[in-house]
Amino acid sequence: MKYSIKTIVFVALIALLGSCNNDKNSRNYVFFPNMYEDVGYDTYAPVAFMNASAALTPPAHTIARGHLPYDYANTPNGKDAARFQPVPFSDLNSEANLKAGKELYNIYCAVCHGTKGNGQGNLVMREKILGVPSYADAARNITIGTAYHTIFYGLNSMGSYKNQLNFKERWLVSNYVMKLKKDLTK
Amino acid sequence: MKQVLYRNPITFFFGALMALLMLAPASVQAQELGDAAKGKQLFNQNCAACHALNRKMTGPALAGVYDKYEGDLEWLSKWIRNNQSLIKAGDDRALAIYNEYNQAQMNAFPTLSDQDIKDILAYTQAPPPAPVQATAVATSGAVASSNQTGVSSDVLLGALALVLGLLLLMLYLVTKTLKRFANANGIEVEVTKRKPLWKAYAENQFLILVTVIVLLLASAYHMYGYFMQVGVDQGYAPIQSIHFSHKIHAGDNKIDCKFCHSSARSSKHSGIPSLENCMNCHKSIYEYKGNPEGPSAEDLANGYTNEFYTGEIKKLYAAVGWDEESMQYTGESQPVEWVRVHKLPDLAYFNHSQHVTVAGVECQTCHGPVETMEILQQHAPLTMGWCINCHRQTNVNVKDNKYYESIHKALSEKYGVEELTAAQMGGLECGKCHY
Repeated sequence: MKYSIKTIVFVALIALLGSCNNDKNSRNYVFFPNMYEDVGYDTYAPVAFMNASAALTPPAHTIARGHLPYDYANTPNGKDAARFQPVPFSDLNSEANLKAGKELYNIYCAVCHGTKGNGQGNLVMREKILGVPSYADAARNITIGTAYHTIFYGLNSMGSYKNQLNFKERWLVSNYVMKLKKDLTK
Repeated sequence: MKQVLYRNPITFFFGALMALLMLAPASVQAQELGDAAKGKQLFNQNCAACHALNRKMTGPALAGVYDKYEGDLEWLSKWIRNNQSLIKAGDDRALAIYNEYNQAQMNAFPTLSDQDIKDILAYTQAPPPAPVQATAVATSGAVASSNQTGVSSDVLLGALALVLGLLLLMLYLVTKTLKRFANANGIEVEVTKRKPLWKAYAENQFLILVTVIVLLLASAYHMYGYFMQVGVDQGYAPIQSIHFSHKIHAGDNKIDCKFCHSSARSSKHSGIPSLENCMNCHKSIYEYKGNPEGPSAEDLANGYTNEFYTGEIKKLYAAVGWDEESMQYTGESQPVEWVRVHKLPDLAYFNHSQHVTVAGVECQTCHGPVETMEILQQHAPLTMGWCINCHRQTNVNVKDNKYYESIHKALSEKYGVEELTAAQMGGLECGKCHY
């Protein structure tokens, strides 16, 4: 009897030790939590007193740092007006800028539009997203202005990429789109 | 007696023809129009951005559009080539559809030829059947081969255990039989009285000393391991409120990590993508169709069927407030509470852009093969020793960096090396990460 109690206690102890942090769904314990946990609000963490997340949208009628207002409306007329909008950078075709544009294009656009801009990206090839035109499509008559406009607002099934790309990056990508169009229609 | 249904072969022929005609009126009509297979290609290139066959998208569903306009090929061609001119001319049907879709402008397609339009219409009348592939054979073959590797090691172990068990049994039987023989022949098996083993052990001081040392070392080793794992979350794989599969997005579809985690390029955090980011693709991808070869046996065993994934996309729609019927946002959104996986303690500073953009480190270097993870888990231990190890081993690309040219040269001379590691450039300074 005594022996069996001893055995049970021993097995239970082993099991207790073995159960430490075997759960993949919970975090491990830490030595000094107050050195681990953020004093300020953690990014995206819920903020109880505002009943919101730490990631907030800017208040109305303000412009976030690093952002610039865009003058053209998200309408067909706005797009027509944006067609020949002035390009705020003069050195977009420099080697470094083309390389940067290509890098960004390959991250954000090529998955649908294809690395060559012919509308044959991986998602199109796998028939996940359809109807991606080639930049060389004459009926669309893309200019750097409309490319920028489309990146900013999206068009039809394409969404807006203004949150992934900042002001300069959008122009870099628009310029690279024009380079692809030139290469396609060559 | 034999029952003869069609005595006359001519009646049979006509009967069969009638049956065919009644069964497939659409396909006959479609064949008259044009080549549906070619039409599909054209449709996917030109129309599918706004139209689906059986589903309202930006524009109306187009299945049977030829019948809807009573086969008025001339009007349809005009509309497709330049719908604006029809609307401006005040055409009734054009205005009706224009106003029904909130006066959204359809692109003009002046470059499509008559035959192209006929082909497209043929496709909308009767889409060609999806090419039947030998999927059943392929998948069953794949399952068999994948199982083979999994089973073979198990079978091997089982066989080994069985053989060992048999040997033990045989040994036991042999001794038993030998004893019985001995007893039967009247031979006394001598059992010499010896000192019990534990007593002999307890009296040997040297052995006791060795045992104590071994036990002490072993416990020290285990204590060390135990303390070192405190606060380390390697392998942490929490269940998220929406089952997002990195395997499908980054693996199968080869979407770049930075497509969604764009702020990794430019800020401290590799942000959690906003739901709008998801909707950039999921506006059009409303169901999970999977791979052409269908879900793998492993996926099925875990319950990851196509319906399961489609259900997860619906969860996204509910959270972001997207109404599938009207293709519009309802404005009633609900934040998704993602569970953060990688988290450094507050006492350490880490900046993503410094590593991703400046150093050009691949995401996988620290996060592991995320593109193969169905449920994301923490790959690296994220301990200080792990950081430092990488800083010691990684050479920094200082080529064409004019700004620090003199410093790099001086450092190279100081350490007598061609290429500087991150550590040699100050990557081990306490204040770089702890302040």
